[in-house]
Amino acid sequence: MIEFRVETGSGVPPYLQLVHQVEHALRLGQLRVGDRLPTVKEVAKRLVINPNTVLKAYRELEHKGLAKGRPGQGTFVERELAGLPVERQAELRTALDSWLASAYQAGMDADGIAAMVATALHEFRPEGST
Amino acid sequence: MTETAIAATRLGKRYGQKWALRDCTLRVPAGRVVGLVGPNGAGKSTLMNLLVGLDRPTTGELDLLGERVGPNRALDRVAYIDQEHTLYRNFRVHEVLKAGRLLNPRWHEQDAVDRLHELNIPLTSKVGRLSGGQRAQVAVAAALARRPDLLILDEPVASLDPVARRDLMATLMAAKADRDCTIVLSSHVVSELERLCDHLVVLDHGEVRLAGDIDDLLDGHRLLTGPAATADRAPVGTCRVVHQERAGDQVSLLVRGAPPAADPAWHARRVNLEELVMHYLASAADTTGGGKHPAVLG
Repeated sequence: MIEFRVETGSGVPPYLQLVHQVEHALRLGQLRVGDRLPTVKEVAKRLVINPNTVLKAYRELEHKGLAKGRPGQGTFVERELAGLPVERQAELRTALDSWLASAYQAGMDADGIAAMVATALHEFRPEGST
Repeated sequence: MTETAIAATRLGKRYGQKWALRDCTLRVPAGRVVGLVGPNGAGKSTLMNLLVGLDRPTTGELDLLGERVGPNRALDRVAYIDQEHTLYRNFRVHEVLKAGRLLNPRWHEQDAVDRLHELNIPLTSKVGRLSGGQRAQVAVAAALARRPDLLILDEPVASLDPVARRDLMATLMAAKADRDCTIVLSSHVVSELERLCDHLVVLDHGEVRLAGDIDDLLDGHRLLTGPAATADRAPVGTCRVVHQERAGDQVSLLVRGAPPAADPAWHARRVNLEELVMHYLASAADTTGGGKHPAVLG
């Protein structure tokens, strides 16, 4: 079962961190269709976070069609996310590395870069997405 | 359950000549976990005392869970735990529970017994012999046995070590997952509220400086950083500047409103909860202290 974690102070809302972790696990094949996600109470208690945060994350996953709640049973993975082919991932990684190099060259530090990436990710709406 | 847990309208409390709380208007939707923050003397405890009926407002109106606060109304659905987790130290744990049973019309003793069993706290222990963390757990178990719709905790973990803090908050968060209720936590450590709370109330000098759902507040603010020399020409658009802070030849502006358009000389980023609170408190200090950089409020 997926092990969630939450980092505060990153500027990324905790519920989105949970959503991203599920998406990440789906891309890596660590979660598959039919897998049960931990209950809201399990996550709230283990991570010591607000259960509303977990509920909001699960609602967002349902909205994206990635998970579905079954009354009295829990929340289950509904759809998987196809991972990219390795070569395509490597291409994107190269582009990211060169962007990182220019950010460092411009004088940004790791925290500043992480904050900028987090903000951009949060605000970016790819064409055609809802 | 009613939709609004706390509705305060121009609530004020005066002690002698001093207003401990003034013009406090709040609306907290039911089911939220509310972080009540502010420096010492901001009015947090005064507000909490009004919420739990330990004190009466000088001005204004207060409705809890859809009912006007008064004797035998609303307050039987509200539970309160103070900073010291006050319990009779000579009582054994089962005597604490017996007192709860005799004093409360709503009482579900098995909830408390199960919770304490899970925490390995024997019912025969004397309260005075328990660790601080265990005493806090007994106080929380007794409060939760009333199955409150509104649970109010004044600095619940201030006196506890980190492990006991974590355990107590885990108990609270699990209890909230079991049975939906509204929780209000006061603290002056903002960083520990970020994972616990989804609604924020910032008090300072007896006044509400900021209130709302945390995700909305974080979405609705940006920190603009750029050259101090052109601070008055910062690309704030229609945003309200909450507070500005100068560091060397750079200036940072916390703005509220729609994110301004990109300007190459200026960098806009999201803020975290702690930064947001600090800027609001600093802005309040500027205006009340007659500082050199008056913040634009209102």
